[in-house]
Amino acid sequence: MLAKRIISCLDIKEGRVVKGTKFLDLKDAGDPVELAKYYNSEGVDELCFLDISASHEGRATLTELAEAVAQEVFIPFTVGGGISSIDEMRGILRAGADKIAINTSGIKNPDLIKHGAKEFGSQCIVLAIDAKLNPDRKSWDVYIKGGRENTGIDAIEWAKQVERLGAGEILLTSMDADGTKKGYDTELTKRVADSVSIPVIASGGAGDIEDVIDVFKRTNCDAALLASILHYKNITVKEIKNQMKKEMMAVRTIY
Amino acid sequence: MIIEKTDAVVFPGVGAFGPAMESIKKNKLDEIIIKSAKSSKPFLGICLGMQVLFDSSEEDSNEKGLSVLKGKVVRFKKARKVPHIGWNQVSSFKKEFYFVHSYYVIPEDRSIISSETEHEGEKFVSAVKKENLFAVQFHPEKSGDAGLEFLQDFIKKV
Repeated sequence: MLAKRIISCLDIKEGRVVKGTKFLDLKDAGDPVELAKYYNSEGVDELCFLDISASHEGRATLTELAEAVAQEVFIPFTVGGGISSIDEMRGILRAGADKIAINTSGIKNPDLIKHGAKEFGSQCIVLAIDAKLNPDRKSWDVYIKGGRENTGIDAIEWAKQVERLGAGEILLTSMDADGTKKGYDTELTKRVADSVSIPVIASGGAGDIEDVIDVFKRTNCDAALLASILHYKNITVKEIKNQMKKEMMAVRTIY
Repeated sequence: MIIEKTDAVVFPGVGAFGPAMESIKKNKLDEIIIKSAKSSKPFLGICLGMQVLFDSSEEDSNEKGLSVLKGKVVRFKKARKVPHIGWNQVSSFKKEFYFVHSYYVIPEDRSIISSETEHEGEKFVSAVKKENLFAVQFHPEKSGDAGLEFLQDFIKKV
């Protein structure tokens, strides 16, 4: 049986990891490779590097980042943030990344999803969807540009559409839950995961182990993305996986 | 060609069956791959590099495979979640390896099957072995320590 995945997410700015690295007893906690190695040894199943650089120059280092990580770490990793062309995707994938996450550029140019999937295979294309509840419509809107702009597009419909366009996975972030540490948005996650047949990664809101268990129990999602609670060592990957095992969930064993 | 002089061959692959075969033929690599795979030197096909060793694939009916092994490549039918992405148990190793694929091989000769894996009730062949020819559907190079151990064992055969 396919294991439910625990993914560690690292924010990158100008090629360095920012936020959530204070606790780490590493020589250089801002070095993406050092952190990738650390999380690999902790037993995380996958890594996700999201670039938050505002400028294009800041993002130019993503290819170098992918190359450096791929040389040292032998688990799958995704790179995302501002990638808007097939050439950029090719460069990062050739450098050793397994998947490319696209968000704003996928909304602006849905053909990018289609062409990317055709060129590199669906498994390389992760669609990042930032969704926020629209209380009037009682549904979720898709936001772009780091959550600054509401597109008015329905998140469930967009999820179905990106699957048709060839996306291989959906990284679903609940803007309502993100940063609250009160748990994942299981309602949104359930709705999206039930609407598509590609894997869905739940993101935003994890505060403790029970939140991870909860999202796997109550929704059909395939993976849980964790950022701050792992970075600040509130909980470890091992503790999460031990609890998942107790709940009879399939996990990848940590050796 | 340098491939002829090596002690072992690793034939990795990511992408789609048709374009991969097209590219192999365009670069005139088909004969040398077939020759290496049939020789006594250790040969390891990974993912698409496993699939193109077979006769044909449902992914592309126009392109034939390399036919080093008899059998076909089919798409998941029973499983709802496709592609099959993530860590899954590989029977003979009793460990999880990383998979990313929508198709899998059905060898004609069942005796070459060395491992099977199950995804949403659909059992498929995840590794085959025929003398010194090894082919796996998972990605050892992405399977952490379990994968590195697998690759080390392969290198030891050289």
